[in-house]
Amino acid sequence: MTTVEEIVKGILSGDSRSIARAITIIENNMPEAKKIIASIYPYTGKAHIIGLTGPGGSGKSTLIEKMVREYRQKNKTVGVVAVDPTSPFTGGAFLGDRIRMQELSTDGGVFIRSMATRNYPGAIAKTTKDVVKILDAAGKDIILVETVGAGQSEVEIIKVAQTIVVIHAPGLGDEIQAIKAGLMEIADIFVVNKADKENADKAVMDIQAMLQLDNKAHAWKLPIIKTSALTGEGVSQFIEKIEEHKHFLEVEKESKRSLTRAEAELEEEIKEIVSNSIIEELKSEGKFEEILQKIMKREIDPASAAEKLVREKFKKAK
Amino acid sequence: MMQRKIRVLIAKPGLDSHDRGAKVVARALRDAGMEVIYTGLRQTPEQIVETALQEDVDVIGLSILSGAHKALFPKIMELLMQKGLTDVMVFAGGIIPKEDIPELKKLGIKEIFGPGTPTEEIIQFVLDNIPKRS
Repeated sequence: MTTVEEIVKGILSGDSRSIARAITIIENNMPEAKKIIASIYPYTGKAHIIGLTGPGGSGKSTLIEKMVREYRQKNKTVGVVAVDPTSPFTGGAFLGDRIRMQELSTDGGVFIRSMATRNYPGAIAKTTKDVVKILDAAGKDIILVETVGAGQSEVEIIKVAQTIVVIHAPGLGDEIQAIKAGLMEIADIFVVNKADKENADKAVMDIQAMLQLDNKAHAWKLPIIKTSALTGEGVSQFIEKIEEHKHFLEVEKESKRSLTRAEAELEEEIKEIVSNSIIEELKSEGKFEEILQKIMKREIDPASAAEKLVREKFKKAK
Repeated sequence: MMQRKIRVLIAKPGLDSHDRGAKVVARALRDAGMEVIYTGLRQTPEQIVETALQEDVDVIGLSILSGAHKALFPKIMELLMQKGLTDVMVFAGGIIPKEDIPELKKLGIKEIFGPGTPTEEIIQFVLDNIPKRS
């Protein structure tokens, strides 16, 4: 039986098996998860975490493969987390992002993990943040988090990544206009992939037009980069822009952004602990069931019931 | 509190390019609530084992139609042992002659499913044979 200490030691020395085992423990919310995160947290904060999102069919995985190769040429180690949706009906998931990256599997400087959202909203998994921490503590210089997003709700990636890249491709059927407000607001870099296709320039112009509608002055000038994962065109430029953004973050807003991320994470953790323990207590005291019956009989509405229960609980505590 | 999900790697070692069967099995296992990692065609034993390690899978399903199972399966099982992945359950399917099955089972491959096996049978087999984690 591998102990938490052994796993943590393995993570810090970059051992793939320990990393993989730790990720499973975190994904499944096993009791050792908290101890592992607590132990490795002091060693995080070194990696550059890049979120890549965009509609399906934009060629994200193929582009990521090219990116990783380029990073490896610069002797950087890379972690890739590829997130795909869990079926809300069956609870299962088909995780196929590795297909495009499989040649990288045997490169010791690359660690790839496929994750299913397990029905957490926002196109990432609840535990993606912690998985990234593990890869960070394991010494990966670059961590790429890939998710499928095209709308307003797939913006949870900002809680996980420092540089957000939105990838689109011409001719996906729903036009650039379909990139909803949410994604537009969180993007640090726009990529139009499949630049070898003929309407690529139009796609770039469409994005430029949408960006011009935004009147606020920004310290970071949002670049739109054309890439072709097929030919490799634009990939070096893209990596350079990512590096530029990293420096921008270091100099300018990053402390504010990472403060916001840490705040959101702390609040989420507190909410979970508090709500779980209150609900558990109410259930064991029978109060939960009691008021549930009243709700069913239409004697009280759920919101008022909740307020009543919580007010009573805190009155007693005082 | 999250339930532990079963993670399965469906891999195609060797050079054959027929993956319809592999995808059918992958989708069936997904519909049975499992997380299925599918890695595409033409995988080497090294790629398969490294993937199984990084993805920390419980089960590996090998699909092969080229007849190269006698060359590739021993290599895969050997690498799994070398990497310490001794608690992964391995099953196989595709075009594998009946007379080869005993030898493959001796290597540690739990079951071999021929063409036409109902997916329900494969699903049930996986559910009944999930390895216990140490």
